[in-house]
Amino acid sequence: MLCLHTIYVFLYIRHNKFILKKIITNDWCITFKFEIILLTEFKGYTSATSCHTMKILVCITNVPDTTAKITFTDNDTKLNKAGVQYIIGPYDDYALARAVELKEQLGGSVTVLHVGEADADPQIRKALAIGADDAIRVNTDPVDSYYTAVQIAHIASENKYDLILMGRESIDFNSGVVHGLVGEMLGIPSYSPVMKLEINGTTATIAREIDGGKETLTASLPLVLGCQEPISEWKIPNMRGIMTARTKPLVVAEPVSVEEMTTPEKFSLPAPKGACKMIPASEAETLIKLLRTEAKVL
Amino acid sequence: MSVLIFIELDNGSVKKTSLEAVAYGAEVARLTGTTATVLALGKADAAELERIGNFGATKVLHAADEKLSHENSLAYADVLAQAVEKENSKIIIISKSGLGDAVAARASAKLKAGIVSGVTDLPVINGGFSVKRSIYTGKAFSVVEIKSDIKILVVKKNAIEATEGSGTATVETFTPVLRDSDFLASVGQIEKASSELSLTEADIIVSGGRGMKGPENWQPLLDFAKSLGAATGCSKPVSDLDWRPHHEHIGQTGIKVAPNLYIACGISGAIQHLAGVNGSKYIVVINKDPEAPFFKAADYGIVGDIFEVLPKLTKAVQDLK
Ligand SMILES: Cc1cc2nc3c(=O)[nH]c(=O)nc-3n(C[C@H](O)[C@H](O)[C@H](O)COP(=O)(O)OP(=O)(O)OC[C@H]3O[C@@H](n4cnc5c(N)ncnc54)[C@H](O)[C@@H]3O)c2cc1C
Repeated sequence: MLCLHTIYVFLYIRHNKFILKKIITNDWCITFKFEIILLTEFKGYTSATSCHTMKILVCITNVPDTTAKITFTDNDTKLNKAGVQYIIGPYDDYALARAVELKEQLGGSVTVLHVGEADADPQIRKALAIGADDAIRVNTDPVDSYYTAVQIAHIASENKYDLILMGRESIDFNSGVVHGLVGEMLGIPSYSPVMKLEINGTTATIAREIDGGKETLTASLPLVLGCQEPISEWKIPNMRGIMTARTKPLVVAEPVSVEEMTTPEKFSLPAPKGACKMIPASEAETLIKLLRTEAKVL
Repeated sequence: MSVLIFIELDNGSVKKTSLEAVAYGAEVARLTGTTATVLALGKADAAELERIGNFGATKVLHAADEKLSHENSLAYADVLAQAVEKENSKIIIISKSGLGDAVAARASAKLKAGIVSGVTDLPVINGGFSVKRSIYTGKAFSVVEIKSDIKILVVKKNAIEATEGSGTATVETFTPVLRDSDFLASVGQIEKASSELSLTEADIIVSGGRGMKGPENWQPLLDFAKSLGAATGCSKPVSDLDWRPHHEHIGQTGIKVAPNLYIACGISGAIQHLAGVNGSKYIVVINKDPEAPFFKAADYGIVGDIFEVLPKLTKAVQDLK
């Protein structure tokens, strides 16, 4: 392939000012592309296809470990972070693993994106150690899915990724809506939960979980996909990965402003469970009687 | 101004979780002094659409275009946004599922509507509009105020007791504009165990873990499930080992279920498994290890060998009939 890169001149309006954003030069292929991005309007998203290799964006969450005990402080308005271990969201970890495999197979690049504060940096470095090339952190404390999606769509519209991968849901708020929001904001298709992903040129073959089964789809890039197992297997960083991750670029970007949609008010915990009624194995049939007469569920 | 409820159809019938969403939407309509309208897409049985009236909605918009019979979140969100405009709706209710979340998300971005997914209770409306939602995979709740003009609530199973009353809903044909760009993906193979009861809809689930020892031992569990009219599920290692299909995997990284009765057979009760079942009304645990952590989350427990206990339970259920 003769042309390796495309020259982009990004112009965008922020606070009513035009800002010259980025110029990448290359001596093989010269294309100029002007575009105007209005804060939350990203329609007309296309990834630069014929002239470049695959660019993948993987969005990761920074969430309490699945075994974390959840409690709250500040009059139940904040999560008590004391003693809580943070991890890359397990679903995002699958997305990342698949992205790294696709890069190994097809070339191109993997960028990790996190919308959140600096305490996520160790998890971002871990993603770099697993095999991402660079990272972007949008420095903010996101208020809700909509807010997060606007930040992701903004970064995506600047950098034109062919594939935007993330987990099917975060394990802190379990909304499962960010991929759909980002897809709609960019005006491109989104699919979830994706359990198989193959890329052939500019076409993706996807297996998606549906109620009680799965369905296979083929669709053209660019796409936003919410991932889950068995799309890949979680990767553990090796020593070389950990060493190189230290020097890979982690760009900190400032958030764009978003109108307020929702405000969290208060957290609470479920009522504690009562004692478990034990039934001797020799009288197992008693269980069925109790389920009918006491619990009234049969 | 009516409350708009998006429902899911399965081969012409309204899904049970969607009927719950209708009941929820009708209650929100009552609280806000308006009516409830249902949006039904694709192939639907006429009797099923009329039955919606029994759950409190007074109108059904039916977009019957054959292209909408196949699940397509892009097109569904487009049609939903058009229905919102037609009805001038400010509140949209959708039941939580993979499809529900996808439709809600895309509609939210189209309509600039605040979205809350995982709602577990009716909204509190006094000046503001607040909803309670499940977070940290069932380990906690959060109350959230929605500030936007249009609001989307994605509602969890059991957020409301849906009882079938009697009422009438007028069914109106709705002809939205369908955009070609929503139908670009080509759908290949669909593998669906159509005879099986879906886990998210089931009232009773019998689930097996690594204690079942191998796929060849599942028959007693299947027999027991059949006697109860229950759906079957499993723990993550069981689906990882291919003992059972992936869509049966329950837990943090699998399906989250909220049946009336969850029966765990040979599952230790790791926190990641519990995260998928903590919405169940009653939990029964059968495990040979009295120290298995699952007993702490259970309502009824039997310490014993699963292969001795299951046939006894199946017989006891059959004796009830
Ligand atoms: C990030 C993350 C996400 C995860 N997500 C999930 C998830 O979504 N779902 C999930 O299930 N797991 C999940 N796991 C795995 C989880 O931690 C446990 O490893 C898993 O749930 C254990 O499965 P099990 O109970 O079937 O097997 P085991 O833990 O091996 O338990 C088997 C049980 O069977 C009992 N037993 C054995 N023989 C008999 C017998 N003859 N009669 C009666 N009882 C018997 C044993 O006493 C034991 O308690 C996750 C883990 C991580 C780290």
